[in-house]
Amino acid sequence: MRRYIIRRLLLMIPVLLGITVITFCIVHLTPGGFVRVNMEMNTKISPDSMQKLKALYGLDKPVHLQYLDWLSRFVRFDFGHSFTDNRPVLEKVLERLPATLLLNITSLVMIFFFGTIIGVTSALKRNSPYDRIMTAVTFVGYSMPAFWLALVMMMAFAVKWPVLPVSGMTSMNFDMMSATEKVWDIARHLVMPVFITAFGGLAYVSRYVKSGMVEALTQQYTTAAYAKGLPERDIIFRNALKNSLLPVITLLGLSLPGLIGGSFIFETIFAWPGMGRLAYDAAMTFDYPVIMGTVTMAALLTLTGNLLADISYALVDPRIRYK
Amino acid sequence: MNKMAITGSIIAGLLVLTAICAPQLTSYDYKAQEISQRLQPPSGSHLFGTDELGRDVFSRMIYGARTSISVGLIAVFLAVLIGVGLGAIAGFFGGWIDNVIMRFVDIVLTIPTLFLILMLIVFLGPSITNVMIIIGLTSWTDIARIIRAEVMSVKKLAYVDAARLIGLRRRDIIRRHILPNIMGPVFVYMTFGISGAILMESGLSFLGLGVQPPHPSWGNILTGGKDYIESAWWLVLYPGAAIFTAVFSFNLLGEGLRDYFNPKLRKE
Repeated sequence: MRRYIIRRLLLMIPVLLGITVITFCIVHLTPGGFVRVNMEMNTKISPDSMQKLKALYGLDKPVHLQYLDWLSRFVRFDFGHSFTDNRPVLEKVLERLPATLLLNITSLVMIFFFGTIIGVTSALKRNSPYDRIMTAVTFVGYSMPAFWLALVMMMAFAVKWPVLPVSGMTSMNFDMMSATEKVWDIARHLVMPVFITAFGGLAYVSRYVKSGMVEALTQQYTTAAYAKGLPERDIIFRNALKNSLLPVITLLGLSLPGLIGGSFIFETIFAWPGMGRLAYDAAMTFDYPVIMGTVTMAALLTLTGNLLADISYALVDPRIRYK
Repeated sequence: MNKMAITGSIIAGLLVLTAICAPQLTSYDYKAQEISQRLQPPSGSHLFGTDELGRDVFSRMIYGARTSISVGLIAVFLAVLIGVGLGAIAGFFGGWIDNVIMRFVDIVLTIPTLFLILMLIVFLGPSITNVMIIIGLTSWTDIARIIRAEVMSVKKLAYVDAARLIGLRRRDIIRRHILPNIMGPVFVYMTFGISGAILMESGLSFLGLGVQPPHPSWGNILTGGKDYIESAWWLVLYPGAAIFTAVFSFNLLGEGLRDYFNPKLRKE
């Protein structure tokens, strides 16, 4: 097990290097971008001061040297400073991370909780009207354009019947609230985005759990458990469910990139102060250090998450552990 | 064929037909503005009403179908081209070639796709061509992995050995004998890929990062509509319903095809 983990950790290094090289190339080698928009298109700027500006931002050297500069700072966990407000990139990324994680972890918990319930109950009542309705409902959610549903829900629950806040993560008077009011305030802001994310993601989990459950219920150990006279509840929850949840762990690992990266489309609509919005704003202002910082951080966390998912899979499934 | 595949292909087929016959279906120019007629609710003369610039929404929706369907098809075509090519090469040759290709796949998979698309679109500039190319360039990894696994299992079969024994070139073995036998998963992937690309395009266009006005896209009709959400519901309802219908039909077709190509389920 330890050798496996070490090997996987070492394999992360070339992947991470590749990601930074690709991102760096996109940022620096494509037409357009910071220099073009802020300097070359600016007719008032003299060639001399343009040169000085480039030197100020470290953009005057050949690209491969700029990359090596960036890399040598990155290994010391220094992501540089933002072009727009000169704050350290790491600080900007870390301050956005909690909002993204809060939204996505809450959604993920909802997805796996309700997905498992729907999957198990559908498997037990296979081909019944309930099963069909649930399949249809989750399928509709899966095909729904989230940004449109967001608009419609905002119109209904924030404008027409104002029961929920329109957007953002906190209310205007958040700073003056007591601790419990603060929690309640954030929870109210979470309702719409979490509902929409969860509605879209239910189909995956419920389908996996359902097919796993159906398979487990036809296995010989289930028949044996029935023959032994175990109560049905124990058979379903102890034997069948445990085994059918295995693929769900892989699914959890696969949903990590979205979890950490966040969706900039979604976050922009809800004005959610997360990583997706930060990446969006950075890209729009050609803030190179922040773009590099968000992509690298997201990739780093994704790689770690995938590794954790694989390790936990090995921990729960002895067949993998002893290979 | 099963019910899902049939229903899905009928709806998707109608959408494609709408896209092809767009000029025949409407007498309005989708670009023509008539300010005096702005924000008219649906009526006999304007089936889906008019938008904030007095343009006929029905015409814009129909031409928007052209946008969405062509983005879906071309993006997926590009993804399949790259994915099948790299996947087949990796699976067939194995060894260091496989290693290099699969590490590259790992790298592309680990960059959050949305960030990658966002960066490329901002740096290359938003346009319908760029949207097609960028969605294609960022969505080939899944199909590459599927094809690699399929090729690896098929290449061990006796008929591939036979083809090798009669002295066929390796390129021909891959193209003529291996690929036709693994088309099932490719078709399934393509239908899901089309719906994914349509969803992505409409999302990008909604944010102004995709198809640029006055060229219509379901996404950018919604952008205009969201400012009038309280007064002009038709500007929000119709494009959203169109995106949903397109995505839903291709997903349905994909589900049906998946069952169809799954021999375990077919026997039942």
